[in-house]
Amino acid sequence: MSVRAPVEYAGLTSIKGPLVCVEGVGGVGWDEVAEIRLDSGDVRHGVVLEVAGDLAVVQVFEGTRGLGLEGARVAFGGGPMRIPVGEAWLGRVCSGRGEPLDGGPPVLGTELREIGGRPVNPAARATPRDPILTGVSAIDGLATLVRGQKLPIFSVGGLPHLELAAQVAAQATVRDEPFAVVFAAMGVTNADASMMRDRLELREPSDDLVLVLNTADDPLVERITAPRLALTVAEHLAFDLDRHVLVVMADMTSYCEAVREISSSRGEIPSRRGYPGYLYSDLASIYERAGRIQGLAGSVTQVPVLTMPGEDITHPVPDLTGYITEGQIVLAHDLHVRGVYPPFDPLRSLSRLMRLGAGGSRTRPDHLELAAQLYALVAQARRVADLAEVVGADALSESEARYLTLVDAFEADFVEQGVDEARTIEETLDRGWGVAATLPARELTMVSEAALREHYPGERGRDEGPAG
Amino acid sequence: MSAGSVHRVSGPVLEVEGLEPGMLELVEIGEARLPGEVISLAGQYATVQVYAYTGGVRPGDAVVATGHPLRATLGPGLLGGVFDGMLRRLSGAPALLADGARLPTLDERREWSFTPTVEPGGRVEPGAVLGEVPETEAIAFRARVPHGVSGTLEWIAPAGSVTIEEPIARVAGVDVTLAERWPVRRPRPVAERLRADAPLSTGQRALDLFFPIARGGSAAVPGGFGTGKTVLLQQIAKWCDADVIVYVGCGERGNEMADVLEEMSRLEDPRTGRPLLDRTVLVANTSNMPVLAREASIYTGVTVAELYRDMGYETVLIADSTSRWAEALREVSSRTGELPAEEGYPAGLATALAAFYERAGRVRTLGGDDASVTILAAVSPPGGDMTEPVSAHTRRFVRCVWSLDPDLAYARHYPAVSWRDSSTRDAERVGEWHVARHEPGWAARRGRALRLLADADRLESIAQLVGATSLPDRERVTMLAGRLLREAVLQQSSLSANDAYCSAAKQEALLELALDLHDACAGVVERGVPIARIDELDLSPATRARDVAGPDDAAAVQAVAEQLRGEIWGLA
Repeated sequence: MSVRAPVEYAGLTSIKGPLVCVEGVGGVGWDEVAEIRLDSGDVRHGVVLEVAGDLAVVQVFEGTRGLGLEGARVAFGGGPMRIPVGEAWLGRVCSGRGEPLDGGPPVLGTELREIGGRPVNPAARATPRDPILTGVSAIDGLATLVRGQKLPIFSVGGLPHLELAAQVAAQATVRDEPFAVVFAAMGVTNADASMMRDRLELREPSDDLVLVLNTADDPLVERITAPRLALTVAEHLAFDLDRHVLVVMADMTSYCEAVREISSSRGEIPSRRGYPGYLYSDLASIYERAGRIQGLAGSVTQVPVLTMPGEDITHPVPDLTGYITEGQIVLAHDLHVRGVYPPFDPLRSLSRLMRLGAGGSRTRPDHLELAAQLYALVAQARRVADLAEVVGADALSESEARYLTLVDAFEADFVEQGVDEARTIEETLDRGWGVAATLPARELTMVSEAALREHYPGERGRDEGPAG
Repeated sequence: MSAGSVHRVSGPVLEVEGLEPGMLELVEIGEARLPGEVISLAGQYATVQVYAYTGGVRPGDAVVATGHPLRATLGPGLLGGVFDGMLRRLSGAPALLADGARLPTLDERREWSFTPTVEPGGRVEPGAVLGEVPETEAIAFRARVPHGVSGTLEWIAPAGSVTIEEPIARVAGVDVTLAERWPVRRPRPVAERLRADAPLSTGQRALDLFFPIARGGSAAVPGGFGTGKTVLLQQIAKWCDADVIVYVGCGERGNEMADVLEEMSRLEDPRTGRPLLDRTVLVANTSNMPVLAREASIYTGVTVAELYRDMGYETVLIADSTSRWAEALREVSSRTGELPAEEGYPAGLATALAAFYERAGRVRTLGGDDASVTILAAVSPPGGDMTEPVSAHTRRFVRCVWSLDPDLAYARHYPAVSWRDSSTRDAERVGEWHVARHEPGWAARRGRALRLLADADRLESIAQLVGATSLPDRERVTMLAGRLLREAVLQQSSLSANDAYCSAAKQEALLELALDLHDACAGVVERGVPIARIDELDLSPATRARDVAGPDDAAAVQAVAEQLRGEIWGLA
């Protein structure tokens, strides 16, 4: 597509809601970006929704308040939004449009890329493998994040999901390979934004981090562009510069609300809960940008964070997300109330690709069997706890009562950790064995004899009693 | 060919002037030659839906009519390949897809070794086989007289190398090539439809034993996210006893397609000893690829399945997921200003679904063979709501519903096929087929097992209120049998080396094992043995048998049954 010198068109033909019509335009294409300059010096941004003959319909993202038919000039950008890409992004903080927020100069890159990206050829994809370790026991141990995976965090308003997202971004590592973290914050409060900036400053080295910040009072359009910008930067780092890149995006619910708001102002027919019918495709255009490509060393891994309105997992945002992503990490309100951080719900959380990223030399040979065993024990403990509610804890048999102890140990010694505490995978797994050892070795039927001999704490062997 | 220009652009929908196309004609837009399809005509304007991202398309861009509808190039070389929703070849294409890229379906230069199977001189009709080329080691591509051509076979190529565009025969003055073009929205003709009664063996016990599907039938797999739809369909794609599988990833994950491709290349077909990929065509239009090509992918896939059916093969079309296809329909209809019916879907949704599932069937082909297309399709109900339009309409048109239960998946019971909500209308015919094969007990066994499962469910809900110990022993035996059926028969791990695929013989043996143990337990309880004594027995060999015995090892299962039966009767 040829690049034209921007031409300015003076005056608007009509204004209706957020839509303005410009007449007499030539060579304007669909989905082109536009800038509307007011005589007051105010600049607003828009995108071409429709072109017919010499008439272009432009949606103004900041709204049309104060706009008149006269006194506005519209310039078209010659194509969809593009940004420079390159290593110059590392260590920078910018807005959802890519403007510096750290007082530094504008980011200059090696080339310009459209932020919409291009679909990866499914036949050229490589299956995700190898872990990204987050230093968070619940995630590394039980829902391992795999390079090339998209693994969302499902949360509820009021829970510390932003703290967890910042912790993951601050602590994530891959062993001995080039790495980078791109953090996109969408529609977060200024208080949360400054909390996250503080936390992310702890990241060492700090020059492999890119922060894209869109606060709740920033323009809506930047909520739409922020994740795409983040992913465009990430894809270049991954597939041109051979880095493993983790992209954390919070909060996708705010993003989806922005999509809904724009859709409704376009007068589109709503589907469920007022969200447009294409929300699935729209989300997929973001989430599917995670992955690996055959023959290339880098990878893009995504951790989207979203809040489930009313803790409803069937709400369109978590529901459609769950259909696209490869598992989910669910945070539970009741754990938060009991003061457990992170409030990780083991039974509803799952990393579907875990077997590709854990076990063997990827983490440790006993990892997968230990994780399966812990899941089973916690599930059994949940049933015992339900039973105890009905019959009373006193009526439990001795072996059943141990499961109640196990849940306490699981929450206190394994899940619970500090917001700036990074654990090695060895420590995480050893703590897992400590929890499992609440039960006698003979009841751990999902782990091999060899793993028991090597890792079961204290006196080992299948017929020994509980350790300690 | 006529040429016109773009007048209006609104997303993937264009208005074009100066063109006099026919309805559903394929057009090409701009320098990039983006493909589009004419969906309505009014006065000087034609409305076109475009199978690519239309960013940057402007009024005035040239539009060229191609003179034909959306069609697929069919010929040898499809098997083992990956294609997009318009059957453009993705294997070997660049890692990042460009809009409107011209990716040919088949390699036009590849030489195929042709062997004629008829002599020239006779009269031939459409569908008659002329010769074949070994497309893969598992499947021979049978070249046939195309639809609409008949008369004297004037010439046929001798045995030797041909490319797909070189003539292999001349029928009444018309050159016939290996490659053929077919409009994908039109079902390929057949001589007659036949009654479907032979079951398709899927290698999955929950399906073959309880909710069998006939070859030529259709099944829907509804289930919310995380219930294992994709894993179940992939298992069937790997292990069912069809000749050719067409797997359509319609608006689903890219990583999944990479995984299917890798697994299919790695795994061996137990019947031919060749990689499973040799019998598989993958159509991958992932969720981030153009939404209209997703709409087309279902039709493209079923057309390829019909192609191999017409050669006399048993084919299976797997579509994951039809909900994404319906959403693509909805997206187009809202752009063209069609009045929406339920939840924004076009009023024609039910008709479109019905027409799609009708392309399944057991048929006599034009060439005189018995062959079939079986359609298996995932449905992804938003929020797990089974009353939403796609789920509700699909149930009306398919013969089997394999419903996936989130509670089972949550309890890690896989495959999470619900015995309460699943159904099959093929059970009776499959039962008759078993009778004809001297297995008269098949239907009775199935009925008994389903009743036991239902009774056990009912008793368990009572036991949760009053405690299991307050139920009479006879009913606790039923609960035990329910548990055996669930754990020893229904559960089947897709990761197990021994049990990912289960032969018919092992399936029967496992079902008999569970029912035999039920008989034995009921027998000893009848004789006054308290159920507590049965509870003390270690019945875990029964639940481990599926994993311990090899995929075809019915004898090992029978040995377990023998031993446990002895232990139980020993109590009396």
